[in-house]
Amino acid sequence: MKRIQDKLQENKKLLSIYFTAGFPNLNDTKNIIENLEKSGVDMIEIGLPFSDPLADGPTIQASSTQALKNGMTSALLFEQLQNIRESVKIPLLIMGYFNPILQFGVENFCKKCQEIGIDGLIIPDLPLEIYVSEYQAIFEKYALANIFLITPQTSEERILRMDSISNSFIYMVSSASVTGSTDGFGEKEMNYFERVSKMNLKNPQIIGFGINDKLTFNQAATFQKGAIIGSSFVKFIKENAVASLSDFTRNFIN
Amino acid sequence: MSSKYNADEKGFYGEFGGAFIPEMLYPNVEELRLKYLEISEEKSFKEEFQSLLREYVGRPTPLYFAKRLSQKHNTKIYLKREDLCHTGAHKINNTIGQILVAKRLGKHRIIAETGAGQHGVATATVCALMGLKCIVYMGEIDIERQAPNVARMKMLGAEVRPATSGSKTLKDATNEAIRDWINNPEDTFYIIGSVVGPHPYPDMVARFQSVISEEIKLQLEEIENRKNPDYVIACVGGGSNAAGAFYHFLDDENVNLIAVEAAGKGVNSGESAATSLLGKTGVIHGSKTLLMQTNDGQITEPYSISAGLDYPGIGPMHANLFQTKRAEFLSITDDEAMEAGLELAKLEGIIPAIESAHAFAVLNHKTFNPDDIVIVNLSGRGDKDLTTYINYFKI
Repeated sequence: MKRIQDKLQENKKLLSIYFTAGFPNLNDTKNIIENLEKSGVDMIEIGLPFSDPLADGPTIQASSTQALKNGMTSALLFEQLQNIRESVKIPLLIMGYFNPILQFGVENFCKKCQEIGIDGLIIPDLPLEIYVSEYQAIFEKYALANIFLITPQTSEERILRMDSISNSFIYMVSSASVTGSTDGFGEKEMNYFERVSKMNLKNPQIIGFGINDKLTFNQAATFQKGAIIGSSFVKFIKENAVASLSDFTRNFIN
Repeated sequence: MSSKYNADEKGFYGEFGGAFIPEMLYPNVEELRLKYLEISEEKSFKEEFQSLLREYVGRPTPLYFAKRLSQKHNTKIYLKREDLCHTGAHKINNTIGQILVAKRLGKHRIIAETGAGQHGVATATVCALMGLKCIVYMGEIDIERQAPNVARMKMLGAEVRPATSGSKTLKDATNEAIRDWINNPEDTFYIIGSVVGPHPYPDMVARFQSVISEEIKLQLEEIENRKNPDYVIACVGGGSNAAGAFYHFLDDENVNLIAVEAAGKGVNSGESAATSLLGKTGVIHGSKTLLMQTNDGQITEPYSISAGLDYPGIGPMHANLFQTKRAEFLSITDDEAMEAGLELAKLEGIIPAIESAHAFAVLNHKTFNPDDIVIVNLSGRGDKDLTTYINYFKI
């Protein structure tokens, strides 16, 4: 968690990249992470694939289906990440749906994350109420940040509640949509970005969903701390070699 | 009706249920949670619901004494004739209820998922009735398998959208419907077809289907001068017809409740939908329940000859009835169900849906006393399954 907090202190806009572990090839995971760090990315979300990813669009779902076909599992991902902290310094998060984590055992999963040096988890279908009543203590025991998602429809009261129990950043979903389904931000989104920034939350916000070029990245970084790119990176890595991924990140890094 | 077998305030049935939803769905699900009870208790709602059930659906459905079937099994068997509902199954009890809720919430765009197409047809029907836009998500594979129901939905004015992701069947259609709801958070209402999904859906759907057991109670009193049967038997996919048939008997522990799952080609064949036997606790479509999955927590594709029973989970209410042993869970193979369907046709002149035929097959597995009253919920008619019957029996 400390690595995320330190990163958020840096005086710059943050570029965070999501990729699906085990895609396009089963053993690309470590290579992708190392190359992303080398190319100047600030933070990485490692996607743990799930058979039924409700909040994701077709690109990430297809990559998850392929990753599972390739043989990716929670246990294998941990194995691949075993020595990742020998080579990688930037914050690493795992983004995954609740069921695979539940089957692994939530406490076991968190323990494993701490051993490896994972800094936080993003679990879209683990809602605030259930996190607080059942899992917050476990996350804290293993020094893992739990990242909450908010949307344009999330009430201020609810945002404040999430802010009060967060100690890293808040993941702002740019618009009401599944991943990969918007194209450029309009006035409505910009107003929402500004509205949340004016709430003066204790946690910085990072925007995800719909970030696919320099324009949307800059729009997202206007009022917030940075942005997360998912679907468009997954599309890129599907068609390009891991070694060339700086061709992608270059579009976002000055 | 409050019962220890119903959902608590947070939507839990024992350890099962709840609302495991992404934040994007929270406002919609929360709005529904806060208002569904109030709305469904309103006088005007009740009147409209009752009158539509009576005049449009054709309720009450008969409780029919099956004389020849009773003779064969040497007991007293009654059939609750949900197959006589408009559109051919119990599904419409729920869609009528939900569309009235949707209207009162001011929603004008309706979405639904469907497997075999029965819930899709029932939803398209009530949307036509109310003049609301209707989009039904259906797995690409199911669209091919269930052409007549696709045509029905289109005639009723619905748009049928293929779910092309994952295994391209019911669970994927449900995923697509949920995605649609995420993308359309303001004007859309999601009519779920079974006692599944995040709270309050399982409870809401069970309440709308509870008219089945409410009628059974009244009819039994009239015919047999007693309120409770000895057995109620119903098939379970997600479990809405069983929820409705069990609902008013849950607290009468003298009533034996039998939930019948599809064993497919055999429980251990690798092609089965017997969730209570093969499943483990997990989270699917926003609900914690028993779920067929790999050790790694990936949801697996179930199999049954009956398209209405091949859902990888069961409603959280049923998971709790299984765990607490309040209901007995039995599983019936494809072959047993098909034979039972044919037998009902020959003995009683009724061709059941293959889903319902699973419930009838249980009669061959249990021994009843001659004066026992056994109710089988005949949840749907077999017209939609004619091709399957034809191919199976080479008719």
